[in-house]
Amino acid sequence: MADAAVTASAPELQAPALLPPRSLLRQLGGDRTALAGLVILVLMYTAALAAPMIAPQDPNEQDVGNRYAPVSFEHPLGTDNLGRDELSRLLYGARVSLFTALGVGVAILAIGIVVGSIAGFAGGFVDGLLMRIVDVLLAFPSLLLALAITGMLGPGLLHLMVGMVAVWWTDYARMMRGLVLSMRERPFVESARAVGLPGRLVASRHVLPNIVGPVIVLGTVQTGRLLLALSALSFLGLGVQPPTSEWGAMLSEGQQYLASAPQLMVYPGIAITLAALGFNLLGDGLRDVLDPTMEH
Amino acid sequence: MASYIARRVAYLIPIWLGITLLAFLISTLAPGDPAQIYFQRTRGRQPTQQELQIVRERFNLDEPVVEQYLSWLSGAVRGDLGVSFTTGKPVLDELLLRFPATLTLAFWATVVTVVVAIPIGILAAIRRNSVLDQVTRAMSMLGASIPSFWLALLLIILFSVKLQWLPASGQQGWESLILPALALGLGDAAVVARLTRSSLLEIINEDYVKTARAKGLSEGRIMIRHILRNGMGAVVTQIGLAFGFLLAYSAIVEVIFVWPGIGRLAVDAIGQRDYTMIQGFVVFAGSIFVLINLAVDLSYMWLDPRVTLSGDKAVAG
Repeated sequence: MADAAVTASAPELQAPALLPPRSLLRQLGGDRTALAGLVILVLMYTAALAAPMIAPQDPNEQDVGNRYAPVSFEHPLGTDNLGRDELSRLLYGARVSLFTALGVGVAILAIGIVVGSIAGFAGGFVDGLLMRIVDVLLAFPSLLLALAITGMLGPGLLHLMVGMVAVWWTDYARMMRGLVLSMRERPFVESARAVGLPGRLVASRHVLPNIVGPVIVLGTVQTGRLLLALSALSFLGLGVQPPTSEWGAMLSEGQQYLASAPQLMVYPGIAITLAALGFNLLGDGLRDVLDPTMEH
Repeated sequence: MASYIARRVAYLIPIWLGITLLAFLISTLAPGDPAQIYFQRTRGRQPTQQELQIVRERFNLDEPVVEQYLSWLSGAVRGDLGVSFTTGKPVLDELLLRFPATLTLAFWATVVTVVVAIPIGILAAIRRNSVLDQVTRAMSMLGASIPSFWLALLLIILFSVKLQWLPASGQQGWESLILPALALGLGDAAVVARLTRSSLLEIINEDYVKTARAKGLSEGRIMIRHILRNGMGAVVTQIGLAFGFLLAYSAIVEVIFVWPGIGRLAVDAIGQRDYTMIQGFVVFAGSIFVLINLAVDLSYMWLDPRVTLSGDKAVAG
């Protein structure tokens, strides 16, 4: 009875054999959910990268005589409370929002893999210590802790990223540790050891490739969550400072003109939702393809 | 069972100490001399060297960091989280004053989640692969992608600005609760509906359900007596965990709806660089969250499907 509660909170993860890249792409192409997510993300990241080329205007150029302009050829989504072109701000905002989420995602992935692997391979005291740190961090809702850390450091995009990285690596660490531990018991790893392969080779040839799948799945869904958290914290004024545009910050500015110009609040919200949806759809599809043992 | 509870509670002690250590360490991240900031806040002028020294001694700021932590911890254990940098009042008093508002909001958000999610989840499980099931799947995907604070803003535009049915802010009776509760509860509803569906689907094909059907029990009776009773353990757990997260995530919704809870208190404290308040909030929220998780774990044990299952077999067989 006691064990039921314990295992329920830390489900053991199983890693299937990794598919070769080409067959992975073909399978993804066949999965409409994953394909939809992939298309959304590719389009949005491309638009963000190409912002300087495709944005109609400088995102910070004010035109006070032309505030709250309606949709026109010159301003495809109208202008905001300072007469700045809304579409240009959205496109430049995408650069900050999308690439910050991705950057934080890569950073926590790296930290999580290192910490989780050390805990899994080392075991004993080191494992115990690292996992207690993870337990303490998981004793908080991540968003709350990131809010407090950033709040103490003071607002700003860099501080916000530090705050987010400091709390979000725990999921990866726990997962990596679980994967490493379960791999050590698997027959193909034992047989690789039995035929006398050195530990380094067992890790790089046999253990790591089998870990990639679940990590990609978690990474995709996690980056979507990071994007939502980032926009929430930016909305509270902890992220980029004016006049830099970022989706959460745009919503925060738009909120002041909620009654007179609700459209200013609609576009950034759609952008955030669409990007998060892209990550969730892709993650869902990838899980079906890469990790059939996980239920959803 | 008693020994399990004892072990589970004992496990909380190191976690709680970790939380206090973390809260303390976070406060050392703040730039500037805390004694100077405190003096300027409370007196409104630059302190002299002598006055600085008095403040430092009062808050043990000239002691080594380890001793600072220990003396702060011994206060925290006794419920003394220091005084607010802005108001000069005890941090714990301010938190306790605001906590009921957050609790009320989280409670009604949970009600929204349960009322919306459980019936939809049950219907989706019964009519598997129907249009309703597909719509539920799509909505849950969307629910996981919409930022709750944006949903809050959309609800304000629709119900407060356009239709003018409900107030957009403040605490004016039950009307003021509806929009924030919806904004917080609907996102979780998507997750809980999916979970209800998948938990019920696992049970629908169990032997004892077939037995009950073979005995000629009505479908409604089978659903209530045999499927729901055994299938809701995981759902109750999820709702309990979500309640803990609601207490924390309400911060943003509280700011939007000008709701006087602890979340808004914390965000205001950040704006005013009220370090002791932020520190106190971290300890307070962490403690509440840990206690909720404990309650969820214990209730999970109490609701353990296998326990109910063995009781039911006697009835069904």
